Amino acid sequence: MSAVTADKTERQHWMAVLARASRPDIATLIGPSIPDHEVLKAPETGTVMVEGRAGGAGRRFNLGEATVTRCVVRLADGMIGFSYALGRDAGKARLAAILDARLQREEATSPLRRAVDDLAARQSAARELASRKAAATKVDFFTLVRGA
Amino acid sequence: MYVAVKGGEAAILATHERVAEARRGDAAVPEISVAQIREQQALACARVMNEGSLYDADLAALALKQAQGDVIEAAFLMRAYRTTLPRFGSSEPLDTAKMAIRRRVSATYKDLPGGQVLGPTYDYTHRLFDFALMDEGAPSVMVGPDPTTSGREGASGANASGVARVEPEHDGLHAPLDAHMPRVPDILGAEGLMEPEIAPEGDPRPFDLTREPVSFPADRDVRLQAMARGDEGFLLGLGYSVQRGFGGNHPFVGEIRVGEVSVEFVPEELGFAVDLGEITLTECQMVNQFAGSKDVPPQFTRGYGLAFGHSERKAMSMSLVDRALKAREFGEAAEYPAQQDEFVLYHSDNVEAAGFVEHLKLPHYVDFQGELELIRRIRREREARLAAEPETLPEAAE
Repeated sequence: MSAVTADKTERQHWMAVLARASRPDIATLIGPSIPDHEVLKAPETGTVMVEGRAGGAGRRFNLGEATVTRCVVRLADGMIGFSYALGRDAGKARLAAILDARLQREEATSPLRRAVDDLAARQSAARELASRKAAATKVDFFTLVRGA
Repeated sequence: MYVAVKGGEAAILATHERVAEARRGDAAVPEISVAQIREQQALACARVMNEGSLYDADLAALALKQAQGDVIEAAFLMRAYRTTLPRFGSSEPLDTAKMAIRRRVSATYKDLPGGQVLGPTYDYTHRLFDFALMDEGAPSVMVGPDPTTSGREGASGANASGVARVEPEHDGLHAPLDAHMPRVPDILGAEGLMEPEIAPEGDPRPFDLTREPVSFPADRDVRLQAMARGDEGFLLGLGYSVQRGFGGNHPFVGEIRVGEVSVEFVPEELGFAVDLGEITLTECQMVNQFAGSKDVPPQFTRGYGLAFGHSERKAMSMSLVDRALKAREFGEAAEYPAQQDEFVLYHSDNVEAAGFVEHLKLPHYVDFQGELELIRRIRREREARLAAEPETLPEAAE
């Protein structure tokens, strides 16, 4: 869930939105000219061991790994941006890190922040549609009493 | 002892060419793309991700393409690739209570908070071939009830085009599902009738069998990790054996849920949790009877299964065997294979199993020559002995 919740900072929220975005979505956000930046940590693909809990709430256990790609950049103004997302898309990682750096200086009403909000709204609309489609398969089972 | 051989380079290079040809099949048929496999063979990809122990649907699809659909070979490719990647760390434990549900069913409660959501399932299909998938012009039997088996409804459903099928009545405008769907065992837990599932003191880091050797008896975190990457067929067989009496549990499906869950990771350099995106998971909570013991009042006990992707059979089998492997904790006799952790954990990994079984086809010329010499010598000696003592009774000696 990427909805803004009380326990999440604005930065955590936009990083979640960017992690879920496709590379074209991110390229659109960044616009035609990529700002000058220094790549502090080149896009690197590795894994994160995904942990579950027995019974959903009990003892932690290792479910298996997932591929993750990360990148760190610094803009000309000194802002440092990070990107961490599932998958192996190095191009997306670099652009998302640039966006993370830019977003830290942006006011909440700036065009870029609004564009991220729009993207977040599209992501939640997709999630809601999936939920509505699932709701169409909601059933009531009747118990048939034998010998009544 | 295995003695290696050398040579055969030219033949091996040629076999790689034959593999490429066999994989491609008839060149007149269009080649399948990795994206097509990822989107249209998602259940196979899920199995490869589970047994390859790496969540990446693109790589799973590539592995299936490269392995010509051989799931175990594909899992092997995933495992091999994984070893080339650095590990950044471990995620925060997944919170399956916050799953974006696409399917959620319970066999224990008819009316449960949040409702029964069938989602995409083959459970209620007739297992009739859908020839529309072969001939793109034909109507699909997967849309609406089949007229040959659905009685009055189906018969009256013949429309002007002669297609006797009923379209679903939903208009796609259903309200979304409840944001919070309680896990079914927690409902029983609230009454105190269910074995509680609480993290041990200090919420310790789980054991990782990919980095440390396993010892026995194995704790539950080790067992769950081994089963999560274990072979679906092996666990299915063991789960089935439990149901049939080789393990003494006949449980209920408390809940199966399928959907998307966020993965959170705390990078050291940031110090806060970053949401990496969502993965699809299947979770199964099995509810088992337990008579109780001297220290524990009668209550239901749990079996737990969790798997990548939509993998119900895997999650269900895992939860059956998870419960069976708790025999020791509940003071039950571990008489059957599914209850013996050493047996289950040493034989569930299909990449290891396939490696050991399939190594038998590699050259064993030196070993076999040794055995051949031995058996010839024993036979010569036996013949010499029989010739020297013609009056003994050879039958008794055999």
